[in-house]
Amino acid sequence: MIQPAKPDLVTVNIDGKEVAVPKGTNVIEAARLVGVDVPHYCYHPKLSVVGNCRMCLVEMGMPAVDPATKAPIIDPATGKQKINWIPRPQIGCGTNATPGMHIRTNTPLVKDCREGVMEFLLINHPLDCPICDQAGECKLQEQSTQYGRGYSRYIEQKNVKPKRTQLGPRVTLDDERCILCSRCIRFSKEIAKDDVLGFVDRGSYSTLTCYPGHELANNYSLNTVDICPVGALTSTDFRFKMRVWFLKQTNSIDPESSVGVNTIVWSREGIIYRLTPRRNDEVNDTWMADSGRVLYKQVNDSSRLAAQVGLEDALTQAKALLASGSVAVVGSGRSSVEEQFLTKKIAAALNAPAYLVSRVGEGDKLLISADRNPNVRGALVTGLIDKLPEQRLAALAEAIDAGRVKTVLSIGEDLAAAGLTEAQLAKVSVVYLGTHANATSAAAKVVIPTQTVFEKSGTFINQQFRIQKFHRAVPGFTKAFDDLVVLSKLLAEVGGGAISSDLNALWSVIAAEVPALASTSFAKIPDSGLLLDSTPYAALPFVEGETLHYKPAAPVPPAAGIPTPPKGTPA
Amino acid sequence: MAVIQVERKPLSFAERTYIPQVLGGLKTTFKHLISKKQTLEYPEQRPEIPPGYRGVPTLVKDPNGREKCVSCQLCEFVCPPKAIRITPGEIPAGSGREHVEKAPKAFDIDMLRCIYCGYCQEVCPEEAIFLQNQFSMSGYTREEMVNHKDKLYELGGTLPDQHFKWDKKKAAEIAAAEHPSH
Repeated sequence: MIQPAKPDLVTVNIDGKEVAVPKGTNVIEAARLVGVDVPHYCYHPKLSVVGNCRMCLVEMGMPAVDPATKAPIIDPATGKQKINWIPRPQIGCGTNATPGMHIRTNTPLVKDCREGVMEFLLINHPLDCPICDQAGECKLQEQSTQYGRGYSRYIEQKNVKPKRTQLGPRVTLDDERCILCSRCIRFSKEIAKDDVLGFVDRGSYSTLTCYPGHELANNYSLNTVDICPVGALTSTDFRFKMRVWFLKQTNSIDPESSVGVNTIVWSREGIIYRLTPRRNDEVNDTWMADSGRVLYKQVNDSSRLAAQVGLEDALTQAKALLASGSVAVVGSGRSSVEEQFLTKKIAAALNAPAYLVSRVGEGDKLLISADRNPNVRGALVTGLIDKLPEQRLAALAEAIDAGRVKTVLSIGEDLAAAGLTEAQLAKVSVVYLGTHANATSAAAKVVIPTQTVFEKSGTFINQQFRIQKFHRAVPGFTKAFDDLVVLSKLLAEVGGGAISSDLNALWSVIAAEVPALASTSFAKIPDSGLLLDSTPYAALPFVEGETLHYKPAAPVPPAAGIPTPPKGTPA
Repeated sequence: MAVIQVERKPLSFAERTYIPQVLGGLKTTFKHLISKKQTLEYPEQRPEIPPGYRGVPTLVKDPNGREKCVSCQLCEFVCPPKAIRITPGEIPAGSGREHVEKAPKAFDIDMLRCIYCGYCQEVCPEEAIFLQNQFSMSGYTREEMVNHKDKLYELGGTLPDQHFKWDKKKAAEIAAAEHPSH
């Protein structure tokens, strides 16, 4: 698919404001560009348009031309071309912008339409708001306040439909709240490719249900909860945990694979309650895998490492071990770019070889890639490694067997899981920096507990070589230390010089020493990430297959740039 | 600045004897000895609480003994001094009230923080929290001054219900199950 360099722009007039939009943009999106809100339920920018909620009705008109001569008809009152308004309202989602189109969203007709649609939608909607998890982020609540009539004329009995249905292991369905927008059905069919949802029965008895004998169990099922405009689909994990208006939102990155899904961490008073996707049209659209949404549970996991001694004492012990020479450093593809940079400096100061452990799983062609490390590209860019890591630390095992390595500094990597035997682990002194207990932390001489991705700030470089920021959502575990503080102090202890653990100060050093990041700083990276030049690494055989918005580089370099799929649905 | 000399009026003979003033004072004293008492023998006698009085916030049950609070946490949100703290929970299936789905697992009101503003009562969509007649709260520790859920229901008791919203909901569910309309 070759796209023209310049998109075809068409000019439309929305509530008197002219705006030029790419051809194919619908009225809702065009209105968004001029700051006009067209209320809608069923329309979702990343799904197909069905136009069944009728909430986005607008008035539409076209400039009048003489049928015979095609000459514009001028309105003598204004001196401008006359607009022929269509007498009946049109749906904004299903109407694409055409040149000269005029749209009115603030007329009495549109207001009446919205009131009417709201009234019909609320006829069978239960008064569940006090017990509904969607309250506070419910489109029906917001739009009935903004566009509804404000009181009910309905005195008849409301419909009774199934409530508290478990649609799958993670999704709860309340059919009474459903407004039949079909977003979840379209998502399951078009994005998750797991077409298990559908409507049964007719008229006001229409009911959302799962195909008999199936359940909504795919790894993207919770996206249906995110896109549900009402409280019909709710997350079983988040059910009745906390009202959303108490929760603080912090931008973060999903660390489960190299896709680098943009997320929002929802926390209150230092406790994380849920993770949801954050829209990034270049990375994850508005989606996220279910497996990434439970990662917040690692923060308060019982296997969390807790400091037995103070940081200074632990560092002194670590220094004593590391000073003996014959050190190997095992960095991590789960560390942030900043941590990898400091790890590299420590390895250089100790004159030690640096290893990285690769984690490879099966990619799901959507938002989980084959490389389960979020930041292998960061290790390449910072120079911690110069070739792709392997799953087993064979070279390190051999060096230990040969007696060339007597001390191993592991940054969060479980060496036993990476292929070292118990005997090999016993042969060396291990200094372990990590968050959770494992075989390596049990065997380590010195353990320095550190923070999880939710308790620190930093950057990851994803498979597209897009550097993306994550921020500290909750205060760190009190019995663990900030990774950057530990690493910068350790660097000073081993004689590698003083580098501040403050992110901004650290970034001035990184910008000076890492060529790929020369002109940037932590503050300068936008929330949607910054694409770095990947050409120096084009020859490396990265393990990722195709995922949403990512195509692995073809063996033969393509002539033109690879266009990203416009709809975000790779085959 | 000019100084104004104010001439002091000399006292009369009667005034110099002080007798009229003493008698005037005694008259007031004796009048109150025989008039109706203005004070209460608190705490044995209690004042009459006017309607609309904002006393200690309490949780109430409906006449069927159902706890009305569904832990929507609006009172926690609206509370200006952040005195209310709720831990929401799910009503387990089989309890007969699972159609209400949600009830507070814990409900704490810190009476050292409460300013008796009544916003919680005003905002409550379930008419479950009321500032009733109790006005005196005391304790020896800070912990004693936090009213937990049990205490709140004990203080609140039962109030008449206008709506029986959830009972109607359950009746509709039962009716629909008995007479499927399609």
